[in-house]
Amino acid sequence: MSGKPRLTYLNGRGRMEPIRWLLAAAGVEFEEVYLETKEQYDKLIKDGFLLFEQVPLVEIDGMKMVQTRAILSYIAGKYNLYGKDLKERALIDMYVEGIADLMQMILMFPFSPPDAKEKNLDSIKERATNRYFPVFEKVLKQHGQDFLVGNKFSWADVQLMEAILAVEEKIPAVLSGFPKLQVFKTKMSNMPTIKKFLQPGSPRKPPPDAHYVETVLKVFKK
Amino acid sequence: MSRKPKLYYFDGRGKMESIRWLLGAAGVEFEEEFLETREQYEKLLQGGSLLFQQVPMVEIDGMRMVQTRAILSYIAAKYNLYGKDLKERALIDMYVGGTDDLMGFILMFPFLSAEDKEKQRAFIVQKATSRYFPVYEKVLKDHGQDFLVGNNFSWADVHLLEAILMVEEKKSDVLSGFPQLQAFKARISSIPTIKKFLEPGSQRKPVPDDKYVETVRRVLRMYYDLKAN
Repeated sequence: MSGKPRLTYLNGRGRMEPIRWLLAAAGVEFEEVYLETKEQYDKLIKDGFLLFEQVPLVEIDGMKMVQTRAILSYIAGKYNLYGKDLKERALIDMYVEGIADLMQMILMFPFSPPDAKEKNLDSIKERATNRYFPVFEKVLKQHGQDFLVGNKFSWADVQLMEAILAVEEKIPAVLSGFPKLQVFKTKMSNMPTIKKFLQPGSPRKPPPDAHYVETVLKVFKK
Repeated sequence: MSRKPKLYYFDGRGKMESIRWLLGAAGVEFEEEFLETREQYEKLLQGGSLLFQQVPMVEIDGMRMVQTRAILSYIAAKYNLYGKDLKERALIDMYVGGTDDLMGFILMFPFLSAEDKEKQRAFIVQKATSRYFPVYEKVLKDHGQDFLVGNNFSWADVHLLEAILMVEEKKSDVLSGFPQLQAFKARISSIPTIKKFLEPGSQRKPVPDDKYVETVRRVLRMYYDLKAN
């Protein structure tokens, strides 16, 4: 028994990816179990591992944690990535929730029908450039600090970094109007734990492909 | 100078209702400004008070908070409804995540087409009785305590009561297979602050009606129907 957190999910990004990012940013090693068949998933449910019959599941500190936000909050709290007081936590929560809304659009994208993909891509671009990125550009500009909250590395920075890279995969020049975010991206990329996570061979998962979509539909078939 | 929190939203439940419940449960008085026109909303936008251009927005302790989950977490922590340590908070977060998913199915209900509404009603009841209620029934049965987490009243209890009442509005006998939840409902409803919130004249909002749907559509220019689950 290693005591490392154990992640159970599909072998792909989905809702588990922000958790992989946060653990990695905190320098925490973890194990992964990949769901490949419906039978595996049904067995997990039957054996009582999944509180609400859903993954992500993270076994950590003797708990079988489910619900992505609950897991992320726990990790952030445990590894001091959640600000120094209630008000900093409030800011971090606001920022990560906003980013999660943007990431939700990217999460759903591979599952949209082919004739809706162009429209959805436009929506992602519109939201990123008009609603979300301007907020963080302004935050960084106003306080002039390296990190979003409290002049200290936090969950909000990790989440924003993940979102920037995810959007750039779809819209390569998306940061062109956001000089502060460009600097932020470079700074984050050079932080040792994040740098390691961005290297080949890390637990970071590649963008979803047809095989991933197929596996999701198969495993969660009703 | 202690100002009351001020809530900016439509005059109806939506995403603000859980925040009203939690403030109510904590015994915190609050003010409300109701969005009725597109102009009001655009004024809020232009004034820069909506971080991501969305409501709910709550002015509290010098902050203009947005994002329902962030607001709820702040209130829970501030008023000691968030457990005594990280692990209790983790449990509360998990439980609230479940009831949030359940209430999410109900949140979209008024914006569905008439045909989809019937489908969704059945879906809500099915999920409530097969996925969500059994979890909380078991939690209460296993530890035999009055509250979900740490033998102490918390956000998780408030959220579960809200969810139970909302599902009951769709099917009045939905708790018939859940004796622990029936007792829980009676117990939590009789907590003084909750009892007060459940009385007529409180700031609890009624079941969404056509006027509410019309207002939301008009203010947000959301003229399409949502899709059922």
